[in-house]
Amino acid sequence: MKALMKKVVETFGPSGREDAIRQVLLEEIKPHVDRIFTDNMGNLHAVREGKGARIMVAAHMDEIGFVVTHIDEKGFLRISPVGGVAPVRCLYQRVLLENGIKGVVGVESVKNTNEIDFTKLYVDIGARDEKEAREMADEGLFGAFLNEMNEMNGLVTAKSLDDRVGCVIAVEAARQLKKSPNEIHFVFTVQEEVGLRGATAAAFNIEPDLGIALDVTGTGDTPDSPKMPMKLREGVAVKIKDNSLLVPRRVKDFFIRVAEKNKIKYQPEILTFGGTDAGAINLSRSGVLAGCLSIPTRYIHSVSETAALSDIEEAVKLLVKILESDVKKELE
Amino acid sequence: MIQILEKYSNACGVSGHEDEIRSRIEESVRDHVESLSRDFMGNLYAFKPCGRQNAPHLLLVAHMDEIGLMINGVESNGMLRFVPVGGVDSRLLVSKRVILGKDRVPGVIGAKPIHLQSRDEWKSPIPLSALYIDIGASDDKEAAAKVPPGTTGTFHTRFETQEDVVFGKAFDDRAGCALITELLMTEEDEAYPVDITAVFTVQEEVGLRGASVLAERVRPDFTIAFEGTTAGDVPRDDYASPSTEMRKGPAISFMDRSAIGAPRLINHFKATADKKKIPFQMKKTVSGGTDIGVIHTKGGIPSMVISVPVRYIHAPRGILAVEDYKNTFRLAKAALMNFKEVL
Amino acid sequence: MKTEDMLKALTEAPGISGAEDDVAHLLRNYFARLADEASIDKFQNVIGVKKGRTSGGKLMMAAHIDQIGFIVKTFDKGGFIRLAAVGGHDPRVLPGQSVVIYGQEQVRGIIGTTPPHLQKPGDTAKVTSLDDLYVDTGLEEEALKRKVRIGDPILFDNVCTRLQGGLYAAAAMDNRAGVLVLLETLKILEKMTHDWDIYMVGTVQEEVGTRGAAMTAYKISPDVGIAIDVTFGDFPGIPERDTAKLGKGGAVAVGPNFHPALTEKLMQVAEEWEVPFQKEFNPRPGGTDAVSMQIAAKGIPMVQVSIPLRYMHTTVETLDLKDIKRSARLLALFSAHIEQAHREVVG
Repeated sequence: MKALMKKVVETFGPSGREDAIRQVLLEEIKPHVDRIFTDNMGNLHAVREGKGARIMVAAHMDEIGFVVTHIDEKGFLRISPVGGVAPVRCLYQRVLLENGIKGVVGVESVKNTNEIDFTKLYVDIGARDEKEAREMADEGLFGAFLNEMNEMNGLVTAKSLDDRVGCVIAVEAARQLKKSPNEIHFVFTVQEEVGLRGATAAAFNIEPDLGIALDVTGTGDTPDSPKMPMKLREGVAVKIKDNSLLVPRRVKDFFIRVAEKNKIKYQPEILTFGGTDAGAINLSRSGVLAGCLSIPTRYIHSVSETAALSDIEEAVKLLVKILESDVKKELE
Repeated sequence: MIQILEKYSNACGVSGHEDEIRSRIEESVRDHVESLSRDFMGNLYAFKPCGRQNAPHLLLVAHMDEIGLMINGVESNGMLRFVPVGGVDSRLLVSKRVILGKDRVPGVIGAKPIHLQSRDEWKSPIPLSALYIDIGASDDKEAAAKVPPGTTGTFHTRFETQEDVVFGKAFDDRAGCALITELLMTEEDEAYPVDITAVFTVQEEVGLRGASVLAERVRPDFTIAFEGTTAGDVPRDDYASPSTEMRKGPAISFMDRSAIGAPRLINHFKATADKKKIPFQMKKTVSGGTDIGVIHTKGGIPSMVISVPVRYIHAPRGILAVEDYKNTFRLAKAALMNFKEVL
Repeated sequence: MKTEDMLKALTEAPGISGAEDDVAHLLRNYFARLADEASIDKFQNVIGVKKGRTSGGKLMMAAHIDQIGFIVKTFDKGGFIRLAAVGGHDPRVLPGQSVVIYGQEQVRGIIGTTPPHLQKPGDTAKVTSLDDLYVDTGLEEEALKRKVRIGDPILFDNVCTRLQGGLYAAAAMDNRAGVLVLLETLKILEKMTHDWDIYMVGTVQEEVGTRGAAMTAYKISPDVGIAIDVTFGDFPGIPERDTAKLGKGGAVAVGPNFHPALTEKLMQVAEEWEVPFQKEFNPRPGGTDAVSMQIAAKGIPMVQVSIPLRYMHTTVETLDLKDIKRSARLLALFSAHIEQAHREVVG
């Protein structure tokens, strides 16, 4: 799984430019499903046929990034964020543009670091002047951060664990899932980071009975962190609430029943900010029961998102067991 | 044993208007003391002699009054304006139900909805000038007829039990009043070796006023005050003393702003506690003051304060542990019974 | 089924957003007695249907059943509970409030604060943020954890109090007052004829984004929608133009969220039948179920009536019962005329 994770997190794919990561995931999941296709928005659907409940498992392929809005007279690229990117987290980071050009984020000098916003940042691609810059890049090019995955004492740290870790869990679960009574749509969604857009479209089309999102969540276990119950190494997090979703009790209780029956390590999750694809699925048409399995992650939306391998393994186990259940009966 | 505490906690008696609580105390102690009287301010005196010659005279004191509010104006739209009586934390006033006057007229202290406030307003607590009591009156005439200015009121809080704790208002100092009441309710065959004068004082919360008067009228050899005191064993930002902690037993003060506790009395209580294996704690701060402050300097009377720890002491609702209340009673009773050791 | 009794039962029934079970069941039972059909969906939205003479169209009236509150977020050492907000709170009304935690059993507590004797100078000028507040149940950690778990709902301790002049104060008047309007309207409709089928809907999760309204409006797809909620009542310090007076009737909303001609019709009905009402002006959609309903499925023409409420989002929300009764009368009359109104101005 570690090799798969490395490949998946290090692949380029900011919201709106998910082709490369879609290709990687397609190759990985194809052998384990009956049907595979890409919809009009770019979501990758991998379907396991079945007669029981229709389940949509959503993991978003897109990562946060930026887009080049203009090129200044000195040949530096000016950018706007794609997704929730805090300016201060971009400083001096290495970046990759969708056309393969690499760069570094620089910043104009300011009196006070509070003044740093996107108007003060730029991407330096080493162009000598504007003319050379225009040969190498263009307005409208999307970019993402560059960083390799490392291991730290049982933890992994990388860019885009949000939500490539969810994608990996979906692939692994598909691989390990032997039999299931349900019709399962593994959907690798696009544009979650800019408003849960891929999931909104996919859910509308699929009309599932149950939605399960796989995503990252925060932790309350670092110095002076916001007080939340999630900790690394305490197992897969079963979501109770975030800003996009109040998980219906019967869904949360079902997930917890499965975890306890199979002795899978889990912990309760209350995220005091943010949302996931599950929120979009929940509000589809006349409402869909939806929940979320989350990986507690430190430093979300930085280039060093950090999670525990053991938690990821528990998430795969739990997802497999959930998908093997008679979901229709469990949700009555 | 907590029925008396419940009765006293639910009674109303804001400083200056202690009638209701005083009646309840009179009712409870009447049959257990030789005489009962009051002075012009409203202090209640109960005398329980022990019948022995030259017995030491012990003064037990607890205050009947509680913090609350007083109506000081009526707006043309029927809203009441008010001021706090005693040390009310003004941040705790908003969004509360209150009861006003003898007839317990219900009212609410509301606030401007957050949706209509500016960002700046959010940053500070709502000032007293922006608070009103709404009793539902449609104009000032109706309001003033129901609740004339000068009427006092308290938070509308019911006493409740939960496992081994109780919730209620005014544990400062109805807990003290209840403890003294229990101490006075001795059995036929029990007798203290000391003459006891128990005084339930008025207006402690606005400056130890009742106690200031009694020191001329009662000249005891020793004084013990019974209080409800701050238990600060709650989440706090900084390392600071919790003062007292729940479930650690009665708290003995070695010193506060109004008096230094007499070592003779303190040591007697400590020794009694050890002998009878009753848990106790020392109060770990020196803030606050009690009636002792204005009593003990009249001739220098050795005095001591013993308290029940209470969380949220000047808030609409406090919490105390039943075991702390019982242990305070047990300790005080034992210490009184063998008071000879002090002499 | 006295109005005052239903008000008390509704405001005191627990139901924070996402955990509306108890109030949903109460409402379903009321609907069962007052309407032709009553049901609860898988999200706890409650739907009561009163069939019309011709069933020529569908009218949906919605009032949200959820209230703001909290859930247990974490346990601090010593058994103190940290709060996660459900819905919007003013942190300044929280210190010292009595709460009830709905765990394995109900556990009472207080939202705690630093005692005044231990405060530093300058503390009284500070507002404690929600993150720094906590609930104290008085219980020790082990005893508490046997009864309460992370995610359990925490509600304000609520007693509906009668004030002078027919005014009532309680927490959750927002929006149990609106729910009561639905029931009072049904009572009046028992004695009136109407053509269309009327869907009375108690929606969930309004306080976190009008979610129940979005779901039920999509499902029912009515021809006309009416949202019933509360609005800001008069209070010193708020300009009169931003509030509605208690005792002067429900406030009919004017603005882009509402169908102008249909709103006109509603006001005409009120004038014709001498039902006191007021107007409120909302420049942009926001704050009530009407936001989601207007754009659900193919879109729904909307009107809205709100009960004037003082002290919104505190534990002492205050209203005049007369305003509920007047609004119910207005809506019952409007329902009886809806087929014609719709034909004339929506078509």
